[in-house]
Amino acid sequence: MSVKLTSRQVGDVTVLDAAGRITLGEGASAFRDAIRDFAAKGNKKLLLNLSDVSYIDSSGIGEMVSGFTTVTNNGGQLKLVGLSKRVKDLLQITKLYTVFEVFDDEADAIRSFH
Amino acid sequence: MAIRPFGFTWLGGPLLFWMAWLKRGDMEKIQTTLDSALESVDKAESLVISEAGKLGFEEDEAHQIGMAIRECMVNAVVHGNRYSQNKKVHLDIERSATSLVVTIGDEGGGFDLNSVPDPLSPENLLRQSGRGFLLIRAFMDEVDVHPRAGGGTEVRLVKNKP
Repeated sequence: MSVKLTSRQVGDVTVLDAAGRITLGEGASAFRDAIRDFAAKGNKKLLLNLSDVSYIDSSGIGEMVSGFTTVTNNGGQLKLVGLSKRVKDLLQITKLYTVFEVFDDEADAIRSFH
Repeated sequence: MAIRPFGFTWLGGPLLFWMAWLKRGDMEKIQTTLDSALESVDKAESLVISEAGKLGFEEDEAHQIGMAIRECMVNAVVHGNRYSQNKKVHLDIERSATSLVVTIGDEGGGFDLNSVPDPLSPENLLRQSGRGFLLIRAFMDEVDVHPRAGGGTEVRLVKNKP
């Protein structure tokens, strides 16, 4: 199963709920396109919810980093919530914990934008 | 004692590959040749996770081994063979009582591991790519990259039973 991204608005924060696999191929490219679309629409506060993401490989990580750069260059913020232990481990190994703001709780993540 | 073949199959369809099972003492070996396609990445990952399970690795460790195989297969298919239909990926899986040894070979133009920028350097953290070998090394006990006989690159990965 490829990744599916849906969005919802919580105040001025756009929450992107991702589900499925973010791996090389269809999953990673769909993910990249979606993040760029939201950034292009002028969304400045993006929260990526990875609760239902079952698998991320290095290509998926690369797309997350690319999305972070795109959003940041547009003057916005991209933060993460709902990471599984496996995804947290990947961020530790790649030192991307120093790049992304990561939250366990969505309400805490939403508040952090204000 | 010579390795004794005890199984051989040829599977057709969109993903064409052959696979042979060999056995010597407590060591079992699977030799597979795969097309240079992303479907081969999934196939290789599934095969190795299955073998890791037989050796007694827990689910999380088997997942990590599978991910190392995925990253290595992606390198072979995408960067080594560049999706060429004329080039194959050679996957060997050896399962003994104490370890899992996986060898993945491509038929590409060769690979210099030193050419990959350190993905942990601050100036490289925001690069989109270049983290594959970092993950492979994190998840496997031994990683050896060398030229493959006949051309291309071969990577030998070892995971010892805990």
